[in-house]
Amino acid sequence: MSRIQIKLKEQDYKAIREICHSFNNDPEELINVLHKTQGHFGYLPAEVQEAVAQELNVPVAKVYGVVTFYSFFTMSPKGQFPISICMGTACYVRGAEKVLEEVKKELKINVGETTPDGKFSLSCLRCVGACGLAPVVMIGDKTFGRVAPEDVKKILAEF
Amino acid sequence: MSLINIKINGKDIQVAAGTTVLQAAKKVGIEIPTLCHMNLHDLNIEHNPGGCRICVVEVAGRRNLAPACVTKVTEGMEVKTHTMRVLNARKTVLELILSDHPFECLTCAKNGTCDLQKLAQDLGVREIHYQGEQSSYKEDNSPSIIRDMDKCIMCRRCETMCNEVQTCGVLSGVNRGFDAVVAPAFEQDLIQSPCTFCGQCVAVCPTGALTERDYTNRVIRALADPTKTVIVQTAPAVRAALGEEFGLEPGTLVTGKMVAALRKIGFDKVYDTDFAADLTIMEEGTELLGRLTKFLNGDKDVKLPLLTSCCPAWVNFLEYQFPELKDIPSTAKSPQQMFGAVAKTYIAEKLGVAREDLIVVSIMPCLAKKYEAQRPEFAVNGNPDVDFALSTRELAHLIKQSIGDLKDLEEEDYDKLMGQSTGAAVIFGNTGGVIEAACRTAYEVHTGKTLEKVDFKQLRGLEGVRTASVDIDGLELKLGIAHGLGNARKLLEMVKNGEADFHAIEIMACPGGCIGGGGQPLHHGDSSILKARAAALYRADEEMKLRKSHENPEIISLYKEFLGQPMSEKAHHLLHTEYFDKKKVIYIEK
Repeated sequence: MSRIQIKLKEQDYKAIREICHSFNNDPEELINVLHKTQGHFGYLPAEVQEAVAQELNVPVAKVYGVVTFYSFFTMSPKGQFPISICMGTACYVRGAEKVLEEVKKELKINVGETTPDGKFSLSCLRCVGACGLAPVVMIGDKTFGRVAPEDVKKILAEF
Repeated sequence: MSLINIKINGKDIQVAAGTTVLQAAKKVGIEIPTLCHMNLHDLNIEHNPGGCRICVVEVAGRRNLAPACVTKVTEGMEVKTHTMRVLNARKTVLELILSDHPFECLTCAKNGTCDLQKLAQDLGVREIHYQGEQSSYKEDNSPSIIRDMDKCIMCRRCETMCNEVQTCGVLSGVNRGFDAVVAPAFEQDLIQSPCTFCGQCVAVCPTGALTERDYTNRVIRALADPTKTVIVQTAPAVRAALGEEFGLEPGTLVTGKMVAALRKIGFDKVYDTDFAADLTIMEEGTELLGRLTKFLNGDKDVKLPLLTSCCPAWVNFLEYQFPELKDIPSTAKSPQQMFGAVAKTYIAEKLGVAREDLIVVSIMPCLAKKYEAQRPEFAVNGNPDVDFALSTRELAHLIKQSIGDLKDLEEEDYDKLMGQSTGAAVIFGNTGGVIEAACRTAYEVHTGKTLEKVDFKQLRGLEGVRTASVDIDGLELKLGIAHGLGNARKLLEMVKNGEADFHAIEIMACPGGCIGGGGQPLHHGDSSILKARAAALYRADEEMKLRKSHENPEIISLYKEFLGQPMSEKAHHLLHTEYFDKKKVIYIEK
């Protein structure tokens, strides 16, 4: 009978162990550990979750449960320029959904996905606190206000 | 304990502080309907998420309705359990649940035993007023368990069984909102997870989301094939539970009627797994005495405690969670597999049938037995020792579709060669039973004296972890017993850390032992059913003329004619096995 193997690069494994150790390998700190781990890797692929589960001695199913519950965590790598479209009430009523549709059409990806070239990834969030500029789109660390669907192409071309 | 005064439907009652409204209502004879809630009181298993909202009641002075299963009584509380508002709310909640549930009741494996179906009937739901999106998931077909998550209502009972009770950690709530579902890590199939296939998730699932992999049709096809000789073995715990499927009181023994039914259905020979249980005691008992003798003679390397190895879910648990202990369990195969190995050699020869033409079916209270039967080490040139393992529930279906009922059948006896058994074998179905059976034989073999009192009552009971010592003519045998894998974990941690000085430990994966197996008729949260089954097996033991495995005449002739001695080379080849390290490992790439 063959054992299931999880492959990890040595430096990645070391990084995960260090993060877990910094929280005393306390299973109660799972969310904080995942937060820091995602900060390090940019995302939380399956093998990273397996390693965290082993280090903290919690079932990997539980780790996966937490990762899929909180929208902050992601299992796919973010693009070089993460796009966040605000779906808060103000942005929504001023047409954020149409903007989102346009971005999806333009980049040919869905929410939570990354373009094949790794340049853009797409996510939605709730209210960035700039309702006066609704609808708001953030790309990387740049913020765009009063975005109309027809602006999308031009904005994306800046990157 | 302080008492609290409350009013339920205008009636004053006093209940202990800490009582829930659900429990208080029960005291005045009112059953509030529940769905997600489950309380197996005798086993200390409680699942109380308060999530489904079926049990809501009106509490005076409270704006919204209160879930009765998680609302504790308070002084002066006034509860109304079936006002118009309550009944409407329950119906609305149920309709909303049903709006995302497939309407496949007639063809569902749980048809007739589904809690959701019963609730819809009880609450008089005749129409679903809500329409919306339907959940859709890929079906997961493992050798033991089928997961059809389209039918999941997120009560999360399975998650409690898998994590809190069994500590397997396979199932977890994943995703959120409408996409939320209970699944293994990365939504992989069970076969890719450390699932032990104990089936306790199936035993508590209120709908058809979790069911057994049904091999009934494969058995029917074999029975219809004139070139095949089809023989069957029935496990100890089946006889104490099968009757429930035919409306008999829990704890009714239907051994003779079951044998008659199997013969009527067309099995060529009806044998007893109890015979193989006696055989297990011969091998495992000899192994224990062997290790013990070495230990007493000062051999420090001998592996003790000996762990029983009858329970396939427990073996899976060891291989995934405690592989460092894999040299400790008895190497004796489980009774099911001992039966298979002997049937496909000794019986095949006696019946004059080629191995390939002999089909061995087993009737088991267990879903892990299905997985066990398919382990590659239990096959010869791809031909398995046990071809199909059916659960008690599947046997009930087989009887219903073939001959209708078993209640009125005349009792019949098992066939000769592998049909005779002792009282020691039938108690294999109860927690503590295997170790008690082993003690009866170990005593007589070790001392050469007759054991007058065969009942070792100190080994019985429903405590999750039990320890006892048995005096074998001056030799104190220190024993541990655990049922439920969470309890097993406690004992195993002690063994791993060198904190235990047991000589032998019996482990059964299911709460109560095999009588509470994942393949048994559903108990619907009533643990008194499990107690009735356990009592029935002890009754069956008492009624037996022979109560010690080594006195079984068919066992004696099997050794004489075929195997030689316990632990002989032939016995070792046919009746013993090895265990594997299946823990996930992280492979570091330089």
